Amino acid sequence: MADPMRIRAAMDRGKVDIKVLMAHEMETGQRKDAQGKIVPAHFIRNVTVTHAGRTVLAAQWGTSVSRNPFLHFRFSGGKPGEKVSITWLDNKGETRTDEATISG
Amino acid sequence: MRTSGMTPRRKALIAGALAASLSVAAAAQDDTQKEIERYRQLLAEGNPADLWEARGEVLWKARRGPKNASLERCDLGLGPGVVKGAFAQMPRYFADTDRVQDLESRIVTCMVSVQGFSPEEAMKNPFSAPERPSDMEALASYVAGASRGMKLAAPLSHPKEIEAFRIGEQLFHRRAGPYDFACVSCHGENGKRIRRQDLPKLDDPKDAQKIFTTWPAYRVSQGTVRTMQHRLYDCYWQMRHPQLDYVSEASIDLMVYMAKYANGGTINAPGLKR
Amino acid sequence: MKASVRMRAVLVSTASAGLIAACAAQPSDDDARSRAEQIFRESFTHGNQAMLARVERQDEVQALCSLYRNEPPREIAAKIERTQAATIRFPAQGKLMGDWRRGEQIAQSGYGMRFTDPDTKRPNGGNCYNCHRIAPQEISFGTIGPSLYGFGKLRGSGEAVQRYVYAKIYDPQASVACSNMPRFGHNAVLTEEQISHLVALLLDPDSPVNR
Repeated sequence: MADPMRIRAAMDRGKVDIKVLMAHEMETGQRKDAQGKIVPAHFIRNVTVTHAGRTVLAAQWGTSVSRNPFLHFRFSGGKPGEKVSITWLDNKGETRTDEATISG
Repeated sequence: MRTSGMTPRRKALIAGALAASLSVAAAAQDDTQKEIERYRQLLAEGNPADLWEARGEVLWKARRGPKNASLERCDLGLGPGVVKGAFAQMPRYFADTDRVQDLESRIVTCMVSVQGFSPEEAMKNPFSAPERPSDMEALASYVAGASRGMKLAAPLSHPKEIEAFRIGEQLFHRRAGPYDFACVSCHGENGKRIRRQDLPKLDDPKDAQKIFTTWPAYRVSQGTVRTMQHRLYDCYWQMRHPQLDYVSEASIDLMVYMAKYANGGTINAPGLKR
Repeated sequence: MKASVRMRAVLVSTASAGLIAACAAQPSDDDARSRAEQIFRESFTHGNQAMLARVERQDEVQALCSLYRNEPPREIAAKIERTQAATIRFPAQGKLMGDWRRGEQIAQSGYGMRFTDPDTKRPNGGNCYNCHRIAPQEISFGTIGPSLYGFGKLRGSGEAVQRYVYAKIYDPQASVACSNMPRFGHNAVLTEEQISHLVALLLDPDSPVNR
C-alpha cells in the first residue's frame, strides 16, 4: 500500500485551492536497471477529485509525469469544513484514496 | 470555455502577445535564472520531501528492533525525546559516546542503544535505491524538519569540536586523485558554477548560510531525499576518490568545518534540489 | 611546543578569557595535518581499495598545493612549473592537432575513473564543459574556468599555439603552479591522441569554437 497523499485544501479568493503530493514511483517503462533489464512501467493513469458528490477534476496521466507527482488546482463551490476526496488509479490496477477537510 | 473564432480583435491580441514574447526571448539570459528561481519557488510548495518527513515521523515513533522500543527516548543533544531544535545544534560533541557526531551517526547511535540493533543492521541501507527505500533518509528528514525556521547554531567550544574543525579544514583543502581535486577546487570561489549548477563558496558565510542549511533535501535527479552524508559521498565520487565510509570521521570533521561558516543561517530542510 | 603556536595561544587568550581552556588543547598545523592524513585513510575502508591507494598518498605537487592553499611562494611555484614542464610528453608522431569533432565528444564526456565506471575499454572523457564555455551551441557550461569560445580565432592555429594548448591540457601546472585544472596528461586521464583532438576543438578554424 503506497504512502498516504499529503493534501492541503484551503479557501483562497473565494475558491477552493488544492495542493496534493502523491507518492508514486511513476516508472516510464523505458528505464534500465543496473543489470540492464527494463524496469516495468508503473504509473498513475487516472486522478479523480470529488466534492459533495460531484467530480471537480478528472485527469488522465501518462509516463511524462514524473515521480512523486505534485498537483495544484482550484475549483469553486466548496466551503470550509467540507470534505474533498482524491483518488488515483495506476496501470497495474493499484489505487489509493485520501480525504482532506477544506480549511478557512 | 466559449470559442468565438478568429475575430480582428483576437488577431490583434495574438499578434501583440507574439511580439511581446519574442522581445522577452531576446532579453538577457539572466531572465532564465529568474524563471528557474520562480519555478523552484512554485515547486517548493510541492516538495516530495514532505512524504519522507511523514514516513520518518512514523518510523521514529514505531517500536522496532530487538528491544522493541521507539526512538522517542533518543537523546539528540537536547535531552531524551527532544526532537524540535536538535538538528539546529548539530554536529556537536556528545558525552555518552565521547565524540563529535552528525545527525545520521547520532540516529545510528540511538538505533543501537535504544532499539538494540547492531551497528551493521542500523547502517545497512543508508542510501536508497529505486527498489530499496532507506529508513535513514526518512528519519533524517523528520528530525531535520523539526528544526525548520531555526538558526543553525552548531557549537564550536569543546576541544573535540575544535579539533574536528581543524581536521575538517585540512581535508577541505586536500588535493588528491587523478583530477587533483580538493573540496576547495569547486567550493573555493564566489559566483562559479559546474555546468549549470551554482556552487557555494563553503567558507563564506554569505553562501554557506543559505546552502548548508537546506540539507537533507529531495533531489529531483535522484528521485529521493538525499542527506549530507550522501552529498559528501557523491562529491568524492565526482572527485575520482573511492567510496567515503558512511558516518566516517572524515565526513563528520568536514561537516563541523562547513557548519562554522553556515552558523546563523536559517534551516530550511528538508529542501528541494535538482 | 613550537614558538609560533605558543605566540598564537598568548594572542588569543588575551583577546578572550573564555577561549583559554580551548586554546591549550589546540593542535599545531603539523599535528592537524598528520591527524587529517590518518583520519582520511581510516574513512575510506569499505570501498574500492585500489582507488584508495591512488588517493591516500598525495604526490609532491598535490601536497605542496594543499599546504599553501594553492598560493605557493614564488620559488616553490617556479620549481613546480619547471618539474611539471619536464614531464610533458608530446605526441610521438608530432601531430598536435587532431579532429575537432572527436574533441567535442571528449569535452562533453565525463566518463571514467569514478568508482561506478567499470573497467572497460571505454575511453575516459575530459569533462571540459563542467568548467568551461567552449562551443557556442552548448549552453550547459560551467564557469570555474575561463570561457574558451573563440580561442583559436583570437590566437591563430600555428605550431607554437598548438604546443601551448597541448601543454596546458597535458599539465596545466607547467604554466600555472597549483592551477585548479586537472593535469589530464600527467595523471593519465586522457591519452596524447585525445589531447590532440581537444587542441583541434580549440584551434581548428572549422571548429564551432572559432566560427
